[in-house]
Amino acid sequence: MTPEEETEYRRRQKSRNLVVAGTLLFFVVLFYAITIVRIGDG
Amino acid sequence: MDTASPPISPTSAAATAAALPAEWRDFFALTKPRVMTLVIFTAICGVLAAPGSIHPVLGFTAILAISMGAGGSAALNQWWEADIDKGMKRTMNRPLPAGRMRREDARDFGIFLSAVSVCLMGVAIGWLAAALLLGAIIYYAVIYTMWLKPRTPQNIVIGGGAGAFPPLIGWIAVTGEITAMPVLLFAIIFFWTPPHFWALALFVQSDYAKVGIPMLPVVAGEKVTRRQIMFYTLLLTPVAIAPWAIGGTGWIYGSVAVVLSALFIALAVPVATRMKAADDKMLPEKRLFKYSIVYLFVLFAALVADRVAAYQGWIA
Repeated sequence: MTPEEETEYRRRQKSRNLVVAGTLLFFVVLFYAITIVRIGDG
Repeated sequence: MDTASPPISPTSAAATAAALPAEWRDFFALTKPRVMTLVIFTAICGVLAAPGSIHPVLGFTAILAISMGAGGSAALNQWWEADIDKGMKRTMNRPLPAGRMRREDARDFGIFLSAVSVCLMGVAIGWLAAALLLGAIIYYAVIYTMWLKPRTPQNIVIGGGAGAFPPLIGWIAVTGEITAMPVLLFAIIFFWTPPHFWALALFVQSDYAKVGIPMLPVVAGEKVTRRQIMFYTLLLTPVAIAPWAIGGTGWIYGSVAVVLSALFIALAVPVATRMKAADDKMLPEKRLFKYSIVYLFVLFAALVADRVAAYQGWIA
């Protein structure tokens, strides 16, 4: 892998990791909200 | 959204895909975001038009799960059709045929997204809606994409069934039961799809014949396609009016459905009764295609407006 490719590899990896982290955080908040609503219903 | 990432030349594409991880934008493009707008819109309408109420968080979750299911099945569709997509101008720049992503990644992403969407629906909303969502995913990714699309010129009719699930599931997410109304919403999109798509197919030069997909205009010819457009338009009319006729909606939806359907027929007649001439601009076909989009959006918006008006006590 050339240095340019390595830089591109790291950039893509980083942006994908950020998206995965954001998605996970979103689902943590969503499941918390669903749980609160469900408890309220019950 | 097929051009989410800069195109890579086909020669370097395979090597690039093997060496570099795909961009997150390419995963997003796998979900067919443009198709998703219709899915989300009709799902929202299904949720809002259903009798009863749902907590906003759960309503949002139901729409999210439907959207994720649609995205997952779209990814599986692109995984399966990567070779076909490579041979068509419209689809050759998608992540897989352009070589921006490994094929197995698309498959795994599709399966993961589909599985998460069904589990999310089941846990947060209910298992009837989750079972229907799973059925919709299997219907689109397996029955339509893998089995019937390459085998029958009626593939668009069958494919229409996949697009018809969102309002049905949205409605059932609220009510928890299958009744005539959500089935009618399903039927509206089911019968709307053939005239919508075939009107487009008449004026857009497609490469389907080149890649061996038996689209109706290619296999049966222009005359049969025009006749089928009229046939499905006539079938669509009573189905679109039925929610009002059976008392499922009020006069707002009923009058909108009657006017929109009459106009649909009026625009389909010139398409059905003519043939393409030399240097034809295909204006009747273009008009019908554009109108069909407006038709569906306004019809479903009227359904929600009717429900809101009834809920507020503005109409009986």
